[in-house]
Amino acid sequence: MTNENTALNTKINSGRLNSHEDLNALRQQIIDKHDPTKLEVLVCHGTGCIANGSMEVSETFKKICETSGIDVKIKPNIKTTGCQGFCSRGPLVLINPQGIFYQRVKPKDVEEIIQKTIINNEPVERLLYKDPKTGEPIKTENEIPFYNLQERIVLHNIGKIDPTDINDKIAAGGYQALAKALTTMTPKDVVTEITKSGLRGRGGAGFPTGRKWQGALKAVDKKGGPVYVVVNGDEGDPGAFMDCAIMEGDPHAVLEGLILGAYALGSNNGYLYIRAEYPLAVKHLEMAMAQARELGLLGENILNSGFSFDARINRGAGAFVCGESTALFTSIEGKAGTPRPKYVRSVEEGLWGRPTVLNNVETWANVPLIIDKGADWYSKLGVLNNTGTKVFCLVGKVNNVGLVEVPMGTPLSKIVEDIGGGVPNGKPFKAVQTGGPSGGCIPYKLKDLAVDFDSLTKAGAMMGSGAMIVMDDRDCVVDVALYFLRFLEEESCGKCIPCRLGLSRMKEILDTFSHGKGSEKDIDDLISLAKAIQDGALCALGTSAPNPCLTTIKFFKEEYLAHINEQRCPAGVCKDLITYSIDPDACTGCGSCARHCPQNCISGEKKKVHVIDTQNCIRCGICMDTCKFDAVQVN
Amino acid sequence: MIKFNINDIEVEVEPGCTVLEAARQYGIEIPTLCYHEAVAPSGACRLCMVELKDGDWSKLVASCIYPAAEGINVYTETERVQNVRNWIFQMLLAQCPASVEIKTLAKKYGVTSSRFSIENPDEECMVCGLCTRACEEIVGLSAISMVDRGVYKKVGAPFMQPTDVCVACGCCVTICPTGAMRSYIDSVRSVRSVTLTPLAL
Repeated sequence: MTNENTALNTKINSGRLNSHEDLNALRQQIIDKHDPTKLEVLVCHGTGCIANGSMEVSETFKKICETSGIDVKIKPNIKTTGCQGFCSRGPLVLINPQGIFYQRVKPKDVEEIIQKTIINNEPVERLLYKDPKTGEPIKTENEIPFYNLQERIVLHNIGKIDPTDINDKIAAGGYQALAKALTTMTPKDVVTEITKSGLRGRGGAGFPTGRKWQGALKAVDKKGGPVYVVVNGDEGDPGAFMDCAIMEGDPHAVLEGLILGAYALGSNNGYLYIRAEYPLAVKHLEMAMAQARELGLLGENILNSGFSFDARINRGAGAFVCGESTALFTSIEGKAGTPRPKYVRSVEEGLWGRPTVLNNVETWANVPLIIDKGADWYSKLGVLNNTGTKVFCLVGKVNNVGLVEVPMGTPLSKIVEDIGGGVPNGKPFKAVQTGGPSGGCIPYKLKDLAVDFDSLTKAGAMMGSGAMIVMDDRDCVVDVALYFLRFLEEESCGKCIPCRLGLSRMKEILDTFSHGKGSEKDIDDLISLAKAIQDGALCALGTSAPNPCLTTIKFFKEEYLAHINEQRCPAGVCKDLITYSIDPDACTGCGSCARHCPQNCISGEKKKVHVIDTQNCIRCGICMDTCKFDAVQVN
Repeated sequence: MIKFNINDIEVEVEPGCTVLEAARQYGIEIPTLCYHEAVAPSGACRLCMVELKDGDWSKLVASCIYPAAEGINVYTETERVQNVRNWIFQMLLAQCPASVEIKTLAKKYGVTSSRFSIENPDEECMVCGLCTRACEEIVGLSAISMVDRGVYKKVGAPFMQPTDVCVACGCCVTICPTGAMRSYIDSVRSVRSVTLTPLAL
């Protein structure tokens, strides 16, 4: 980054590190240079905040600080960070050391922040987060329920450090776990520690990481090296962005985890498979790898320990199926990304037919924490057989959209209602879709369900990568099931028949429901076909594809029946089954709906009640969105 | 030798053998379309699904690729297996209505009609890719390959243009399980660039 850090870095960088002591000395050097009383402005440069204009905000901070002639002593250090998590409130600005949290900051607000907070140490009240219940402004990040109800371990550094600067990471304790492992632990110790921690794969299925690593070691014993370690950063679930946030905000955590894994398994080559749609993640990881190489933390003879390991980035070309392990390997090998049958596990025969350990971004990011703080510490987090924390992306009809990290086993209601702040219209949520298109729909009545691998699977959903899409009473379950099926049909590789033809046919049946047609026998057929796909498809994309449809039928059958038997969509979504009308008591005749109607089918005189011509209405719902008086109703 | 059970009958095969190969050795029928002894199995048509059982645990696997293992219990006609088979046949009948081969095989397993609508009454190809594997593995030319993906996946030469890489050996026609290649091959093979002159008599 082009702030003062860079100038500082050039002075600090000491060249290659040759021991744990060298690393500690560098760390001390960085910490000593840092004045803890000096103000720090942390501007969130997560993808969401950037889209909301946070780059202009940080630029304005820099410009004003440079030109306004602020006293050098109080001139703040301006730092751009990864995703701070509270995405619905972006752009976010955090002022340290006080921890003052500003939300929805616009470039024009910067001057006031500098004047009041930086120079006079008083908060700008209108930019503070307000408690939705009391309306009272909350000054610091730690007092905001969205943050203080979380347990941020993997996300600990994200939003606090500059991801493009390795020194910032080293000051925060980065690469300590690696140095510890290389100097005091044998590779076997590392595997034992990971196994003891109970860490399970964060990519979705929750396979115990330690067991996976042991499996690979056994395979290496049998057929010899080489063995590969691979990061799965091909996150593609609609609504999921936790891997993106980790790679963008703390790339060194992923890298350190990967190097530790490589050390444990005796691997000298690794791959980071990242989807090309995450250009910032690719950029930050490339920078991280270059900086780590320069310091001797990656490459030949790491920290002079005799252990060499290097990795390269492979960018995925946008196929969802390439998040599936065998399709990912096929893609890295340079072939079309289609899965291959995996009756021989990838720890035995993975990339290039060699033993391979593929773990998700979040899993790798957990590894340094476990090595640093110990398996005992880690296994105390979460619940039995589901240890540690999980990062979720809370999206959909929820007040606090953002990145959330909680211990495994946290009740769903705590995540959605306490941390997420509930549904905007104040009613209870209708359902939560966990695990993206492969997961399931959990209804409100299961709100006390513990969110962990086993409980979710038991409820017919799955952890998946961690997307949580919250739905309210205006979301139709038939429409939701259709949405995910459409997505998966688009993303099917087409190799096996149950997935290629089956998903289209499921969609065809569901589509008849959304038109108010079909019969109860069709629901039975749909379930039977869905089970055939679950049993018959070649890879996990296909076998898990029917989950949203099956869980919505299981928990919301009455809504399906309303479509079929009464030609009624209770949520008012399925276009063929609804009509819009204007409530004459609520309409003020402002004319906004008529102006916005693309069909010009709303008429009425100024300040008089308007009427919708239902014959010409295409039920787009724009009138409803535009009406400020809630006068447009859906029947 | 590996000993295991298929439908409670004990079978014994060489190591490296698949469940399907074992079943066929013992005359136990498992339907297949995309499988052929001459090329490596790919597990695409999923008609050869069988159920593995061990106490309460059970799982469906594609027998054409599942390696035979000591002591496993394989069942070829369970409810779950039949459900998968039934739906695949129904979908294939609607997808490739012109294929006599598919109709015959489906009928053998009791499926004569489909609940799904027919989109193209002339279609024979089920996009299993056996032809492309034959062209690659047996002929060694890869004149045809799978093009596009998902529901748009089809078989063709590069850019869907006739190619002179194709030597018109007819291997794909012979191996095609649905008969689709019979009419399709003419669109793959380009007109020969060398005109042969008849011998002067």
